Amino acid sequence: MKHLIDIKDLSTDEINHLIVVAQDIIKNKERYSKKCEGKKIATLFYEPSTRTRLSFEAAMYELGGNVLGFSSSSSSSVSKGESVSDTVKVISGYADIIVIRHPKEGAPLVASMKSDVPVINAGDGGHNHPTQTLTELLTIQCEKHRLTDLTIGICGDLKFGRTVHSLIAAMARYKNIKFVLISPKELEIPDYIRKDILEKNNIEYYETNNLEKFMPNLDILYMTRVQRERFFNEEDYIRLKDSYILDKTKLENAKDDLCIMHPLPRVNEISVEVDDDERACYFKQAKYGKYIRMALILDLLGIK
Amino acid sequence: MNIDSIENGYVIDHIKAGKSFEIYNYLNLDKLDTSVAIIKNARSNKANKKDIIKISDNMNINLEILGYLDKNITINKIENGKIIEKYHPDLPEKLVNIIKCKNPRCITSIEQELPHICELTDKENAVYRCKYCEEKVQREGF
Ligand SMILES: [Zn+2]
Repeated sequence: MKHLIDIKDLSTDEINHLIVVAQDIIKNKERYSKKCEGKKIATLFYEPSTRTRLSFEAAMYELGGNVLGFSSSSSSSVSKGESVSDTVKVISGYADIIVIRHPKEGAPLVASMKSDVPVINAGDGGHNHPTQTLTELLTIQCEKHRLTDLTIGICGDLKFGRTVHSLIAAMARYKNIKFVLISPKELEIPDYIRKDILEKNNIEYYETNNLEKFMPNLDILYMTRVQRERFFNEEDYIRLKDSYILDKTKLENAKDDLCIMHPLPRVNEISVEVDDDERACYFKQAKYGKYIRMALILDLLGIK
Repeated sequence: MNIDSIENGYVIDHIKAGKSFEIYNYLNLDKLDTSVAIIKNARSNKANKKDIIKISDNMNINLEILGYLDKNITINKIENGKIIEKYHPDLPEKLVNIIKCKNPRCITSIEQELPHICELTDKENAVYRCKYCEEKVQREGF
């Protein structure tokens, strides 16, 4: 039984294969519209994440399949104390594939250990969110037409943002990738990312607290939110927050084919005036998310 | 049982003095129906005192956990009155229900019936991580 719990479980070939299939789906939507006829996906969302859930549901509908599930723990038996293990044993009798989002780390792994059908992790409390990372890879491939030879700027909260860590780990698999890591001192990448991923793979990287400084070098700029609660005091937050907000002025020296990404939802870290810039890819990213999830569902169900 | 010589079984030697009962419990030796001897505060050349456990007439005990508890322990495997193997136990790859994950964000914090599984992820530094949340778990060896 194949599951997707952690992006690390996928080989680079498997990732590349998913990307190829997703790109084929984008080109030939009709050909895929009945691939999952008669199949059901169960979306078990123990905490609400409307965008992720709708993305999976739209993906299944576009493959001609059906959807069942629940959202947020208040409406489900979770609040009555049923374990993930028991819920999954029951649901895997109804559905052909299960998507689970849970506030507790490791819950999707537990689900995969108990399930008779494939399980996809749709986020476990900031621990893993593999389809998010796959979405980012597909976005880069579609927008830049390559996953190699890129200078990737990542800006904002690099310390706690695990989607950032997964993205670095995933891109580190490809040739000639450089990273520019832009953050306040307080939110620098953790040491183990530096040692176990960047240095271990001999990857060129620069750390800076200045967003504009490396702007002309970047092929990709991945923005994340700088959250108030990550700072010890209000003054530091107020002093720093504007330095990590992307606006038109900061983009003046950027490349014409820069690809600006953001995992969404955005609060204010990208000024709305950037939305009309054709380098803004963050809304397109959401669409790519649906296509990579379609490719993943097909793969896990063994449908060609 | 003659505690000085056993024909077939194990002699677990160089146990830190006073720790033999804990080891007895970790190895579930109370479940055995063959004879087991615990020798406390024996004289040792290495340290001043040590404990020893002798298990007789049983060759199929999983002693893996000893590597986690104390790598200085010596295991002597005895067959027909002769030591056929003498070794220090290695760190086990996997520990089940030995250490509990203390990460409050971990699924094990709310699903009590799940086995606590820890995996050795860095042998050099003896780092174990929770299988579910991948947090480092605090070692509880001697
Ligand atoms: Zn854990």
